[in-house]
Amino acid sequence: MLSFIAQRVAKGVVVLLAIIVLNFFLIRLAPGDPAIVMAGEAGASDQVFVNQLREKFGLDKPLPEQLFRYVRGIASFDLGFSFRQQMPVSKLILERLPATLLLTLTAFAISLSFGILFGVFAARFAGTWGDTAITALALVFYATPLFWIALMAILLFSVTLDWLPSFGYETVGANYTGIAHVLDVGAHLVMPAATIGLFFMATYTRMTRASMLEVNRLDFVKTARAKGLRNNLIQRRHVLRNALLPVVTLAGVHSGTLIGGAVLTETVFAWPGIGRLMYEALLQRDYNLLLGVFVVCSAMVLIFNLATDLVYRLVDPRIEFST
Amino acid sequence: MKHFFKLMLRNPGGLIGLVILTIAILVALFGPLVFPTSPWRMVQRPFLPPFTLSTVPLGTDALGRDVFAGIIYGARVSLLVGLVSTLVALAVGVPLGAIAGYFGGRIDDALMRFTEFFQTIPSFALAIVLVAILQPSIYSIVGSIAIVSWPPVARLVRGEVLSLRTREYVQAAIVTGQTHRWIIWREILPNALSPVIVLASLMVATAILLESSLSFLGLGDPNLISWGYMVGAGRTVVRQAWWITVFPGFAILLSVLGLNLVGEGLNDALNPRLAGNGR
Repeated sequence: MLSFIAQRVAKGVVVLLAIIVLNFFLIRLAPGDPAIVMAGEAGASDQVFVNQLREKFGLDKPLPEQLFRYVRGIASFDLGFSFRQQMPVSKLILERLPATLLLTLTAFAISLSFGILFGVFAARFAGTWGDTAITALALVFYATPLFWIALMAILLFSVTLDWLPSFGYETVGANYTGIAHVLDVGAHLVMPAATIGLFFMATYTRMTRASMLEVNRLDFVKTARAKGLRNNLIQRRHVLRNALLPVVTLAGVHSGTLIGGAVLTETVFAWPGIGRLMYEALLQRDYNLLLGVFVVCSAMVLIFNLATDLVYRLVDPRIEFST
Repeated sequence: MKHFFKLMLRNPGGLIGLVILTIAILVALFGPLVFPTSPWRMVQRPFLPPFTLSTVPLGTDALGRDVFAGIIYGARVSLLVGLVSTLVALAVGVPLGAIAGYFGGRIDDALMRFTEFFQTIPSFALAIVLVAILQPSIYSIVGSIAIVSWPPVARLVRGEVLSLRTREYVQAAIVTGQTHRWIIWREILPNALSPVIVLASLMVATAILLESSLSFLGLGDPNLISWGYMVGAGRTVVRQAWWITVFPGFAILLSVLGLNLVGEGLNDALNPRLAGNGR
């Protein structure tokens, strides 16, 4: 078990290193001198400043040395400086990270639990109108652009019904404390989390349903039935457990998409997370910040993948830890 | 072929998808000819609500531009980007997967690590970074979408080739001394085609969603109107003018839904063993 984790972590570090190297070359893909790109877009492109930057970032050094400096910098969590915001990139990201974690993890929990629930229901009543309705809805949500769901939710729940706040993390100036604060953040969280959640819920519903129906045809289910077990018990103890395996795999694969969803939803709902930060960086063409967010997102995905890998092994005892 | 269409039509979802897709393609091909008003031209007062004037059925946006014209012209961009980026992704993924699966061993290991690496990177974030750095244009958009979407193709093709390689007719081809290239292209790949077609149809749908998300964030080609751009432009005024965002978003939803339905129909028709699965 421990060696397995160590192996996985080592592999993750290698991938992260590769992503950092990729990042290093990405900024050099930008047309023009990186120093001018960094300075010019920061609105201070006089020659002295550019030379300073060139020296500071070692851009006058040979490429391998630049790469080494860059990797070393990131290893000590130095992601560069955002000239637009006049702050270190790492500080900006750390400030915004908790909000994104809250949003994505809530969305993930909602989508997974409801997705499995609906999927099980649809499979159990396959062919009935309930199944048809769930399958059709899942298809529609699977095809709907996230940013559009977000806008439609604002139109319905904020503008028309006036039930929920349409932007931000908490009510500005309200200064709630204790339970009132939690409730306030919760009210702001509902729509963004549900927006991301709907898309993923659709995927998990489809996957669970298909998987349940597939497992239901296997021999060991027949055996269980022949033993005279009640159907509910078979579904819960035998079918669902096996049917969840591909769903867990899918959840792991999806972590990257979850981050993408956060960029779009945070943009629409002005949720102060790193997705919104990425959008701001984009608007201001703040490449340092943009790439910093990108590295952090990739690291988050790696961690999430590691976690799902572990869960997968816990759910499926057949897989040995040594691999 | 006739049999194939029969199977495809037997699936009601596939049929609906085919109808939606045909309409979208017709609009993309002939819409601009029938409806020559440029979507960038100011035709009426700004914020004209829909269904008030028959000449501008879906109203106008914040600059008095025709929303209906935008949807017609946007169809071209969406479908074209979806199709071309999928073709590029296939052009990268199919050979890589085929080589990995056919030669196996170290080559397979190396190529699959490479593929996994690209699969680990958050795809939408990478696409954003790529388009932002390369400057938004139809080429950078197509390129970035292709870069983030080829890995599943490579993995699928590798799996298919891996199992087809051991078949007797392939062994026979090897014995008769055919070149590797000939065996891969003429013997193996044609038999791996149907799952690739299914995946490709779903990829076009994903590509359309990606393109619209990029344009929504302001990373669209500034010279081309697209559905995502329209939703993004209407976002700030959604409280006053719902129609600017509602209609283009609905267009995206419909075309993606159509493609997904066609993909599922194709899956049922091309993999008869699985047909009836989950229904």
